[in-house]
Amino acid sequence: MSQPSADVAVQTNRLVRIAIYTALIVLAVYYLLPFYVMVVNSLKPLDEIREGDMLALPRQWTIAPWLSAWSTAQIGVEPTGLRPYFMNSIFMVVPAVALSTILGALNGYVLTKWRFPGHNLVFGMMLLACFIPFQIVLIPMARVLGILGLAGTTWGLVLVHTVYGLGFTTLFFRNYYEAFPTELVRAAQIDGASFFQIFRRILLPSSGPIIVVTVIWQFTNVWNDFLFGASFADVDSVPMTVALNNLVSSSTGVKEYNVHFAGAILAALPTLIVYVVSGRYFVRGLMAGAVKG
Amino acid sequence: MKERLQELTPKLVLSPSFFLILFFVYGFIVYTGYLSMTDSKMLPSYGWVGLDNYERLWKLPHWKRSLNNLAVFGILYIVVCTVLGLLAAILLDQKIRAEGLLRPIYLYPMALSFIVTGTAWKWFLDPGIGLENTIHQWGWETFSFDWIKNRNYAIYTVVIAAVWQSSGFVMAMFLAGLRGVDNEIIKAAQIDGASTVRIYRRIIIPLMRPVFLSAFVVLAHLAIKAYDLVIALTGGGPGQATELPATFMYSYTFTRNLMGIGASSAIIMLIMIFSIIIPYLYSELRGGKTQ
Repeated sequence: MSQPSADVAVQTNRLVRIAIYTALIVLAVYYLLPFYVMVVNSLKPLDEIREGDMLALPRQWTIAPWLSAWSTAQIGVEPTGLRPYFMNSIFMVVPAVALSTILGALNGYVLTKWRFPGHNLVFGMMLLACFIPFQIVLIPMARVLGILGLAGTTWGLVLVHTVYGLGFTTLFFRNYYEAFPTELVRAAQIDGASFFQIFRRILLPSSGPIIVVTVIWQFTNVWNDFLFGASFADVDSVPMTVALNNLVSSSTGVKEYNVHFAGAILAALPTLIVYVVSGRYFVRGLMAGAVKG
Repeated sequence: MKERLQELTPKLVLSPSFFLILFFVYGFIVYTGYLSMTDSKMLPSYGWVGLDNYERLWKLPHWKRSLNNLAVFGILYIVVCTVLGLLAAILLDQKIRAEGLLRPIYLYPMALSFIVTGTAWKWFLDPGIGLENTIHQWGWETFSFDWIKNRNYAIYTVVIAAVWQSSGFVMAMFLAGLRGVDNEIIKAAQIDGASTVRIYRRIIIPLMRPVFLSAFVVLAHLAIKAYDLVIALTGGGPGQATELPATFMYSYTFTRNLMGIGASSAIIMLIMIFSIIIPYLYSELRGGKTQ
């Protein structure tokens, strides 16, 4: 009596496993499909895309769209390709990430180990700043950048991204240092170590993981930003995302889909590489930014 | 003297960030709030008009359209992301051998810019060269999928692309939640003879309440802020079919030169986000303290 029923259980179990795997594979296909479409079609000549099957592999492989997207495609009025804008983004991202991370680390240190009356209020104020819709700052920011002489410059964008990144970087370091034993800090204080000595010698050496998380978070956000770039950049400071959008949505001439796809992958590549190399930290940043206040 | 300096250092270190945020965030909010009550057009001007801009805003069909679209987009985006994320997390939590391979695949869109996502989906959904054309090539000549060009359906293409980008992230949140569930509870239920489906419905999913809340807050605030994706995918069109408050604010402020109206729409966006975020942060911070 019990023999056949156990058999059935094993069988349904196997069916369930097959169903689960099928569902998981269908999901994977959904997530991979658009990227597959971009890659495959960036390696096809244009008429093959126009006439044919977007999901098919190229009949005639070509890297011409990539070369065009990188160095000769028409963006705005200049046939420069995306290269100068890629560089603009680099020059914007590096200082913005460095500044906001350093300030965030120091803020987190003060807000956990050197508390003062009202420290929670200051933290709450910084935390809330993470979530504002940036539309609320566009108009005054344009004016202030003008007054500071930074309108349309890369340094202007560095300032913008540093300021609006501070909330998150402070949040990350504050939550990390919260768990760091305060007794160590107190002991060093009694030994006469100064504020900065304690930071450098005691907290910084064990801050590796949170620095990685913060840098990845900031890098991804600043690189992927579009709104600030579109609002405040000028010819010499237009970042990659804005240039890509200009390339894709320009209404003049033939739509070179293959070049658009190649350009989109170029714009995605830096953050994708970071994700592939250090996905674990990327996810930690996402979770820290989302779940805990 | 030295002691005094020691005491002041922490505050001196914190103060640049404090004043930057005070000025660039809270000062700017006040300034935009003030502008929303002036007759600013192309440039800020300071003729006081009270709440006129808000009255005009609520009478604009364009604004109503944006709010309607936000409601449709926001609800679908939140619900589909949550359902898909929870489902993927539960499936992945069944001791799947390839989990290490699948998880990053589900999550990588989160690393991309919305402009990249928009570009990919814009051409993939384009009836001329994308999916529709491809299915025709495969022999199904009457297949039609022109949502992105259709006023009544274009907003759903924004949902498709946005869900693609964010649902993996929701999956990661739920997966972390599922991994935190105490195994003893599940074992006890199994001994009592409860089926797997029943265990999930009655025990595990109710335990995910905090994750549902976090996911809701994150997704809702992303939905209200949604801008880049619409610009890259549809540009707000066809017509005004995919206009959202964020695109409305931008075009009224910078293209149509009605800055007062633009500022008032930004204030409405801020109120929407704050009414979701502030209660959430408040309970999170308080919860942290009592633990």
